[in-house]
Amino acid sequence: MSEQNNATIVSEPLKAETRKFNFYYGDNHALKNVDLPVAERMVTALIGPSGCGKSTLLRSFNRMHDLYPGNRYEGEIRLYPDDVNLVSPAVDPIEIRMRISMVFQKPNPFPKTIFENVAYGLMVRGEKRRSVLEEKVEEALRGAALWEEVKDRLDDLAFNLSGGQQQRLCIARALAADPEIILFDEPTSALDPIATASIEELIAEIKEKVTILIVTHNMQQAARISDYTAFMYLGELVEFGRTDELFVRPRKKQTEDYITGRFG
Amino acid sequence: MSDAMTATETGGSPSSLYLDRIRTMRHVRNGKERVIEAILFVAAFCAVAVTVAIVAILLYEASTFFAHVSLVEFLTGTEWTPLFERASYGMLPLLVGTVVTSFIAFVVAGPLGFLIAMYLSEFAPPKLAEVLKPFLELLAGVPTIVYGYFALLFVTPLLQKIIPGLPGFNMLSAGLVMGLMIVPYVASVAEDAMRAVPMALREGSYAMGATRFQTAMWVVLPASFSGVMAAFVLGISRAVGETMIVAIAAGQQPNFTFDPREPAATITAYIVQVAMGDLPHGSIGYQSIFAVGLVLVVITLVFNLIGQMLRRRIREVY
Amino acid sequence: MASKESMELRGVIARNQRWDLIVGTVGLLATALGVIILTLLFLDLVLDGWRRLTPEFFLNFPSRRPEEAGILSAWVGSALVMIVTAFTAVPLGVAAAIYLEEYAPKNWVTELIEINVTNLAAVPSIIYGLLALGLFVYILGFGHSILTAGLTLGLMILPIIIVATREALRAIPVAIREAAYALGATRWQVVSDHLIPYASGGIYTGVIIGLSRAIGETAPVITIGALTFIAFLPPIPFSGDPPAGPFDWLFSPFTVLPIQMFNWLSRPQSAFHVNAAATGIVIIVATLAMNGIAIWLRSRIRAKLKW
Repeated sequence: MSEQNNATIVSEPLKAETRKFNFYYGDNHALKNVDLPVAERMVTALIGPSGCGKSTLLRSFNRMHDLYPGNRYEGEIRLYPDDVNLVSPAVDPIEIRMRISMVFQKPNPFPKTIFENVAYGLMVRGEKRRSVLEEKVEEALRGAALWEEVKDRLDDLAFNLSGGQQQRLCIARALAADPEIILFDEPTSALDPIATASIEELIAEIKEKVTILIVTHNMQQAARISDYTAFMYLGELVEFGRTDELFVRPRKKQTEDYITGRFG
Repeated sequence: MSDAMTATETGGSPSSLYLDRIRTMRHVRNGKERVIEAILFVAAFCAVAVTVAIVAILLYEASTFFAHVSLVEFLTGTEWTPLFERASYGMLPLLVGTVVTSFIAFVVAGPLGFLIAMYLSEFAPPKLAEVLKPFLELLAGVPTIVYGYFALLFVTPLLQKIIPGLPGFNMLSAGLVMGLMIVPYVASVAEDAMRAVPMALREGSYAMGATRFQTAMWVVLPASFSGVMAAFVLGISRAVGETMIVAIAAGQQPNFTFDPREPAATITAYIVQVAMGDLPHGSIGYQSIFAVGLVLVVITLVFNLIGQMLRRRIREVY
Repeated sequence: MASKESMELRGVIARNQRWDLIVGTVGLLATALGVIILTLLFLDLVLDGWRRLTPEFFLNFPSRRPEEAGILSAWVGSALVMIVTAFTAVPLGVAAAIYLEEYAPKNWVTELIEINVTNLAAVPSIIYGLLALGLFVYILGFGHSILTAGLTLGLMILPIIIVATREALRAIPVAIREAAYALGATRWQVVSDHLIPYASGGIYTGVIIGLSRAIGETAPVITIGALTFIAFLPPIPFSGDPPAGPFDWLFSPFTVLPIQMFNWLSRPQSAFHVNAAATGIVIIVATLAMNGIAIWLRSRIRAKLKW
């Protein structure tokens, strides 16, 4: 549908890319022929009005839709450098989830200690050595800017943390798994502005090491933190571009209407 | 209605008559409402009245018994022969019979119920779970007398082939069948608890690449732990209070033994035995069923309160 | 680089998934085991008893000769007891539920009643028998009658009906209540015009499940001293000489299906065990049919009422 191949807009090497990607909830055709390139170690933001499919697209990247019956993928999401189609039935969704972490809309720490929460990704892989776990947990908590706040109470229940801390814990949990991509699904929508600012700062730091794909309902946030932005509407990818260009000179009328607040 | 119309048509203050009527009706209406509320309250209070009546009646009827038998003898004696010429009133044999049969039942129902719950909640394809869940509910609704039939005429003969010399009445068979009977109940309560764990937690775990088993053991189980415990406790409570299976298959003769192969009476089976007999109301032997009934109420009440507390805890978390 | 790491990952995943397979299989086996054993037991019962399910079996009184014995007095007794049970438990249970859900202020009295209802549901059924023995048989002097049995079972299923009714009421959105109040309805009008009709499906479900519990219940009925050998029917109102009063049947001695089954089961002769099996089939069919209707009703309500 786009006259220009989206992938050519990206100057960095690609970490992943959807090609003619379609998704169905039963009979509901939720994503239509989406071509989205994801640049390595960059932040790619998905924006659009609610119901446009941006979360659906995000959750396709780690095969979360496999958890519920009646869902169907069509087309490809290629993951580089291995160049596999990660939505192919032949690919193990569990492997994909170990390599692509996710941070959810509402903080969802497990009913466990702070330490166990962060170590979970390693425990899932069968890592039992306490020294390795301790080292990784500290590294991840430092990476999530949470270490100083919780280092003395790693054995406290994660529920006792504040909302912002819980979300940073969830980020630490994702980081500890050494993921290649982290998916953020509106990670700040349940947080206050101060906590939001700290999460945004964090994302800017993390992208030095990890590729980031983020869904946000907040256009200012997309403009602040992302390098590339994709605007979606009614299940289609309407426009993709460098964030600084898309927000200043949108090529499509619909994009312009959305970012100038005329709808959505 | 027509009055109100006239009022508006004649241009007086709109619907003033209507208002007057509403105001005069208000008194009557409030009275009626209050009467209805009082009736409803009395109905709700009946629930409390039933509990009070249970305790009061048991205490009242048991008082004749305790006028003749000391509480110490009752609770510590190892011989229960109220129907004999030289009567002894130590209820430990009945208690042991109850404990042994309930323990066997729990050994069957605990693990089986837990596995079924975990399977239905975490592993089974949703379509299959949808079919199995109502089926479990159906099984939980089968009358216990029917289970008694199975214990006496199916399971005992089967066990006699494995364990030679097993008497026709024995605690093993009764306990096993009782366990089967409470499996659906334990599974259903435990499954409810697991299902109450929010999907977001499971997604958090799956998003880390965890398998179903890892998610079940490390996330769902800890999160629903108190609910699963509640299922166990409430299941045991059911076994303790169950009557017909033990009365039919374990025999009704008190027998102070921990050997599950032996026949023995439980508290409930003893009550059945006396109620079917020809002792006159007021005799110590007859009144003894109220004394042991009191013990049964206390035991099940403790179990139930613990179970409800555990169940409530999981509801509060989510 | 990615490929070497992913090989390692795949090894880990394969190990993890082996557990999935094991536990999934064990779970499936456990479920299947439960289902198979219970099916086997019912099959055993049906094989033992189906031959006795002749019309005469339903029309004969119990007898010392097993092949002539029938369950006429038992099923009539069960039906009459159920009528009393329903008349006791339904109004009381529905009224209590309405009070708790729509009227009760949130205070300690309500809290107490709530805890009570939950606990009553878990009181062993034989304890209700002891309660009835003391209260209805001896203090109130109702004797070993249909009335006593009906009241006893009515109290026993009270919590079931209360819980079901409350759930049905809770499923009705606040907006419905507000809409009615906004038109000037009183609280009772809201309840009687809106809530009870909308909740009726859920209430029926609870009533049926409660009655199916009651019809198979043995222990409390034995405790209040139901007779096991009854070769007559309760008096039909205005029949006989002198004519029976309209409520004489309430005070008649009686037997019910589960008691009749227990009686036959307690005999040493296996010919009577066949009768017990046949009675068991009748009881199971009755309870399963009632439960099935209730489950069907509930799923239909769920499908139809999406507020």
